[in-house]
Amino acid sequence: MLQFDTKGIYCRQAGVYIDPWQPVDKALITHAHSDHARSGSKAYLCHHNTVPLLKLRLGQEINVEGIGYGEPVFLNGVRISFHPAGHIIGSAQIRLEYQGVVWVVSGDYKLQEDGISAPFEPLRCHHFITESTFGLPVYRFPAPEEVYKEINDWWQQNAADGQHTVIIGYALGKAQRIIRHLDSSIGPVLVHGAVDNVNTALAANGVSLNPSLRITPELSKDSMQDAVIVAPPSAIGSPWLKRFLPYRLGICSGWMQLRGARRRRSADRGFILSDHADWPQLNEAIKATGAEHIYVTHGYKSIFARWLREEMGLQAFEVDTLYEAEGAEDTEDILPP
Amino acid sequence: MKAFAALFTAIEQTTKTNAKIDALVRYFANAPERDILWCISILIGKTLKRQLKTADLKAWAAELAGLPLWLFEEAYPIVGDLAETITLILPDPTGQEDHSLSETIDFLQLLGSYTDEQKKAAVTGRWMLQQAAERFVFNKLITGNFRMGVSRQLVIRAAARSFGMAEAEVAHRLMGHWDPASITLQALLMNEEHTDRYYQPYPFFLAYQLEEVPEALGAVSDWQIEEKLDGIRGQIIVRHQELFVWSRGEELMTDKFPEFASLPALLPDGTVLDGEVIPWKEGRPLPFAVMQTRIGRKSLTRKALQEAPLVMVCYDLLELGGRDIRNEPLSYRRAQLEQLLNGLDAAALLLSPVIDCPTWEAVREIRAASRANNSEGVMLKRKNSVYETGRRRGNWWKWKVDPLTVDGVLIYAQQGHGRRANLFTDYTFAVWDGDVLVPFTKAYSGLTDKEMLEVDAWVKRNTIDRFGPVRSVKTELVFELAFEGINLSSRHKSGVALRFPRILRWRKDKAAAEANTKADLLQLIATQRT
Repeated sequence: MLQFDTKGIYCRQAGVYIDPWQPVDKALITHAHSDHARSGSKAYLCHHNTVPLLKLRLGQEINVEGIGYGEPVFLNGVRISFHPAGHIIGSAQIRLEYQGVVWVVSGDYKLQEDGISAPFEPLRCHHFITESTFGLPVYRFPAPEEVYKEINDWWQQNAADGQHTVIIGYALGKAQRIIRHLDSSIGPVLVHGAVDNVNTALAANGVSLNPSLRITPELSKDSMQDAVIVAPPSAIGSPWLKRFLPYRLGICSGWMQLRGARRRRSADRGFILSDHADWPQLNEAIKATGAEHIYVTHGYKSIFARWLREEMGLQAFEVDTLYEAEGAEDTEDILPP
Repeated sequence: MKAFAALFTAIEQTTKTNAKIDALVRYFANAPERDILWCISILIGKTLKRQLKTADLKAWAAELAGLPLWLFEEAYPIVGDLAETITLILPDPTGQEDHSLSETIDFLQLLGSYTDEQKKAAVTGRWMLQQAAERFVFNKLITGNFRMGVSRQLVIRAAARSFGMAEAEVAHRLMGHWDPASITLQALLMNEEHTDRYYQPYPFFLAYQLEEVPEALGAVSDWQIEEKLDGIRGQIIVRHQELFVWSRGEELMTDKFPEFASLPALLPDGTVLDGEVIPWKEGRPLPFAVMQTRIGRKSLTRKALQEAPLVMVCYDLLELGGRDIRNEPLSYRRAQLEQLLNGLDAAALLLSPVIDCPTWEAVREIRAASRANNSEGVMLKRKNSVYETGRRRGNWWKWKVDPLTVDGVLIYAQQGHGRRANLFTDYTFAVWDGDVLVPFTKAYSGLTDKEMLEVDAWVKRNTIDRFGPVRSVKTELVFELAFEGINLSSRHKSGVALRFPRILRWRKDKAAAEANTKADLLQLIATQRT
């Protein structure tokens, strides 16, 4: 029912593309990250919470329609529904059913609950398309509660040492998750403009987030006392950060699992916090689908597909897409400060 | 191990030198003496005898994790470190047990006498009773290369602060061989007389590359100018009628250099010479490649000795008649050195000639001609300078000749290790031989972090084929490579071998077709020889 062509994942029967990387007539969007939601298509369909984000990124004038989780739409006999993927706010797995055959395009997903996005919903299907960003057994993430505690303890220590705390995470998704779990009794939560733009777009659509203060040129030194600054990766090494001196810098990313990645960043701390599935989560999710056919996209796809074939006895295929894979740590960045 | 693992974590969690020193000082204040000794020994780069095979470690870890071996092998180059890969892949511990650093090292050293089954039981047993941080440090002890973000100099500074000593004194005390299993801290650092370690070398004084014009150094007459020879920096020690030859890497190389065997009979007791050990024939140095072949030999045949006879070109005298004269000015030490060597009938000891240069311009000319003399450039040493310890700016400078360069095409890339793990940073370059690209060198360094990320992303997008961890890529990117020397070689496909190759810059302005050719390389060799 689905095929991978030069424009994206295509459903001929329904006449739609899922997360196309070239302009098409009708695009179904799993989530608002830039490698999945590209501009130029004539019509978009996505979850309600993704609508404001898509407009923020692709322009207010786009033709976009929102849909709730689990609400079916029918296109030329294909039953299409969106289900929580747990990746970021508004992220969805897209389920397509036609003549008793079920496909699920999972986009990006995680099984950990992050307190903001709707928790991942396991879906039974025949064909499952999965990412493999962290599809190696060395990626086993710690419990997020432990990581939040580490972050807050570190912030507390920095404040006690008279240092500002800078935390780096993607502007969309990671930043809101970090803000949600910061202990605001330690000090003020300041955010980079790119982060605040997302927060504002979400708040305007009724999504409740923890309070934070947008960083502007007028912001006084006093209001920075004991502060934590949440900023996107592009802020690292930029002159924008200079005004927060002295500061300590921490990065939140699944890549921080590896020592080499931590050291390369010359950050003071690397926190293992990811919106993608680690090795145990990928395996658990795939098992839960009951699918016989697995299509492995962006990440360690050849290794992960071989694992599924040889050790799990599944029909697993590697698929080339234009979704960001191994270098994803550097790409998820949307707006200038 | 908890304390040692905590030290490791503390050091890793900061990029600030002072915070690292603080962490070491705290460790020295609280750890048992034997652990302190082992800690110092490991951190200054002394290695333990490896008792376990890599293949066994991989197999045991994969088995415990319930993973096929091929998957471990795929993950390893991505992580870039064996100890870390094992740490990450093992299941959660089943319990908790703590052993001191020295107990752990004793345990590991004992494994050598075990059967394979006993080894496996012992190691996997420990694995399952350690948290991740201890597990990683434990694995690092097993696999040897223990780099944890502290330099030797930093350990010296921390020890000096902890034990109330001068840094130079600590540096000297830590030189050469000492056994952390048997020595005491008192004997290592504090005893007045450390005559039982009379084989001990002095810390070497090392020079930085001169980066400004020499005129900035003041009057040329204040400086002693010598050729910078390309050999093995060494110290020859004669004490108690015994000979010790140390390399700068603190390797005791006495047995590798039979040429010096007669020196105890010739040199007065209590003599320490600093110089360059190089192959020398018919009054001039031979290329460094000759030295490499000689050093690599397990047994020294008469033929090898004849093909590559070694000498030490001596340029400093550190001890005379048992007296440490490092704090005397260079002019004094030089005069004593000349006096000592001139009256000596030792063919294996040559005096490094002082080149008389009336102007800096004359120094420039000497430097420009150095490659033809198999030298790397010139050394500039202030005549009134004392012999310092470690690499210092100010009184000694090396002024190496500009490197040779060639434009090569990137053809293979491989992921790096350590800081570069998970990034394609190890490259193989090729030059044109007709319309075929022949690989001629690898290079690992020279790009900025930003360029590295850029090339990494390019490699991922332009991979043509994979051979294990190596990717062949589209022949498109051109890099200018710098190197210190070039020679014919039968071991390399291209027929040439480079010395110290590194990336000088990314030639974004050049297309692959504009890269150099094999003929260009052969031409370089030919020019070099005339």
